Amino acid sequence: MPKVALFVTCVADQVFPDTAAATVRVLEAAGVEVVFLTAQTCCGQPALTAGEPAAAIRLANHHLDVFGAFEAGAIDAIVAPSGSCTAMVCHHYPALLTERRPEAEALAARTFELTQYLVDVLGIVDIGARLDTTVTVHDACHGLRNLGLGKETRRLVEGAGATLVEMTEPDTCCGFGGVFSFGFPEVSTRLADSKLGHAAGTSARYLVSGDLACLMHLDGRRRKVGPQTVPQPIHIADLLASGLPARR
Amino acid sequence: MSDTVPRHTGGHAITTPGDDFHERTASAVADPILQRALHNLDRRLRTANESAAAHPEWKDRAAAIRRETLLDLDGWLDRLEHSLVARGVHVHRASTPADARRTIVELAQARGARTVVKSKSMATEEIDLGNALEDAGLTSVETDLGEYIVQLAGERPSHMITPAIHKTLPQIRDVLAREAGTDLAVDREALTAWARDRLRGEFLRADIGITGVNFAAADTGTLVLVTNEGNGRFCTTLPRVHVAVMPVEKVIPRLADVGILLPLLTTHATGQALSNYVTMISGPRRAGETDGPDELHVVFLDNRRRTLLGTRYEEMLACIRCGACLNVCPVYRNVSGHAYDSVYSGPMGKVLTPLLSGGTEGADLPYGSTLCHACSDACPVKIPLGDMILALRADVPDPQSGARRRRRIFWAVWARAWSTPRGYKLTTALARMSHGRVPGLRAWTSTRELPRPARESFRDRWAKEHV
Repeated sequence: MPKVALFVTCVADQVFPDTAAATVRVLEAAGVEVVFLTAQTCCGQPALTAGEPAAAIRLANHHLDVFGAFEAGAIDAIVAPSGSCTAMVCHHYPALLTERRPEAEALAARTFELTQYLVDVLGIVDIGARLDTTVTVHDACHGLRNLGLGKETRRLVEGAGATLVEMTEPDTCCGFGGVFSFGFPEVSTRLADSKLGHAAGTSARYLVSGDLACLMHLDGRRRKVGPQTVPQPIHIADLLASGLPARR
Repeated sequence: MSDTVPRHTGGHAITTPGDDFHERTASAVADPILQRALHNLDRRLRTANESAAAHPEWKDRAAAIRRETLLDLDGWLDRLEHSLVARGVHVHRASTPADARRTIVELAQARGARTVVKSKSMATEEIDLGNALEDAGLTSVETDLGEYIVQLAGERPSHMITPAIHKTLPQIRDVLAREAGTDLAVDREALTAWARDRLRGEFLRADIGITGVNFAAADTGTLVLVTNEGNGRFCTTLPRVHVAVMPVEKVIPRLADVGILLPLLTTHATGQALSNYVTMISGPRRAGETDGPDELHVVFLDNRRRTLLGTRYEEMLACIRCGACLNVCPVYRNVSGHAYDSVYSGPMGKVLTPLLSGGTEGADLPYGSTLCHACSDACPVKIPLGDMILALRADVPDPQSGARRRRRIFWAVWARAWSTPRGYKLTTALARMSHGRVPGLRAWTSTRELPRPARESFRDRWAKEHV
């Protein structure tokens, strides 16, 4: 049985614990044993995007201390329900942690985004969830362009029996962008409106994505605007977990 | 829908060091006429993007050629100069925009020139040549139709390839009708015909033709110019003197490299397999030839470019000015070029503007990016634009400025707290007790709901379930 350490991400830990729990359920349904290290905090990405790499490096060192402590073979992988936080580790850590580059590269090599781990590593597209619904996918940018993801979420959605309806420009940014959403709220909001409009055009029931930050932004806009005629934003872990049989 | 967002000055304490770019993007989003023009732009640019995506393997070859050049830029420039001089071309080296302007103005004055025709060129925009010529008493006429419209309107180009794309057709009619002194119909062909007729006279009258350079081959001393309207060829053949302004990174090792770089440029710029006109110039008119100018001058423009060599921004010099990064940028597509208030806009402008100005211009441009990396993906020569935009947020702001100091302290305190599990638990517990009502969130919450911290964190839930 593969053994995985959950890299929960600060957003899931503090704001969306249900999604974190759903991630565990999904991994367990795929036959994976999940462990959780309580010393983990945040990958440091907010500081990096704010232009303060020194602060980001401090968090990155902590993350590496926590997840690098496993003996060889003690776990198979580190899995996060976020393409963006995974990209921070896989894309940015090796460049940031110049003094610990071999360690950072080893960490990056065994850190995966949830759908990437299920589909590309385990080769599983059907975890036993059954969904009788319609879904459209928003490709979150860092998963798409830093990790090369896209087909994984779609295959899991279809593997669960849901109908996939593609929107116009599924790969265009939702406008969140971390500090950008505070510094440039007008453009950020405009991009959310475009994304929600494209999603609404599909008449799907759910707007699924692999990053909670995008979903928080899109759902925040959707709730502000109302009436809620656009698909409900939902994380892929929550969607899949909702189709799993109740636990005995 | 009308959303009002509170204005703040002096930059958001934890995000940006300035508000100028933010203000301009907000105005652009709220401008209904601009938004209508952008709607058309969006459709055109999407076609270019789709067509460009068809050649992934060319990108590798183009990227390799550009990096080969940067490994020995000075060497390739020397070889290019040697080849040009051997063909009877005069080479001038300008280290600053002021040097370049002075060189060209003096050259024009020494020949008693009165009228200059210009083909669209970002390099001449960069050195503000048109104004320098006018200040020196010369008449300078832009001859690319879009650029001509922008010049008559007293504006600057909003896109590298399509300079007037921010304007609607009725707006263009107004600009041209004012120049014509008569009423003109809101009709593409009629307006173009009027401008064509007017510009024809300018070409015949001009003493000097000024162009940029798309590529300059070091082995043969050949200048390659890409245009769609044929105006570039008039500029290089009709006037007695042709002056080409060439930023130093335009040099390519071999003329044969054009075979890769040229179609890559045109597909990424406009979706064309090849531009309507490709002009290859190897020296002025020689004895016995009927075409071409008496004199050909090339101005090598540095303007801090060579200071980028050996830095993390060196690859920016691989840029071939195709505009693909603008075309895919979600921010550019919604605010257009003028919001950047700089010669170069879009993602490449966010990188190039602060770098070419030594950080004195466009220091807040890198913050106006979602870091979606669509630009990095679209770039035909594989410049990691997204990573450069991110790095500039750390490298550009003056480390001694008050805003930068406050930001550094904020994030240092945050990092100190969150680099221990105890500090993390303490600060998140405080946020939970305040129900997420922490200061500085209004920029978010005026247009979007913000979820509150959950009553119980995942780690607490896990601890309960796994005792």
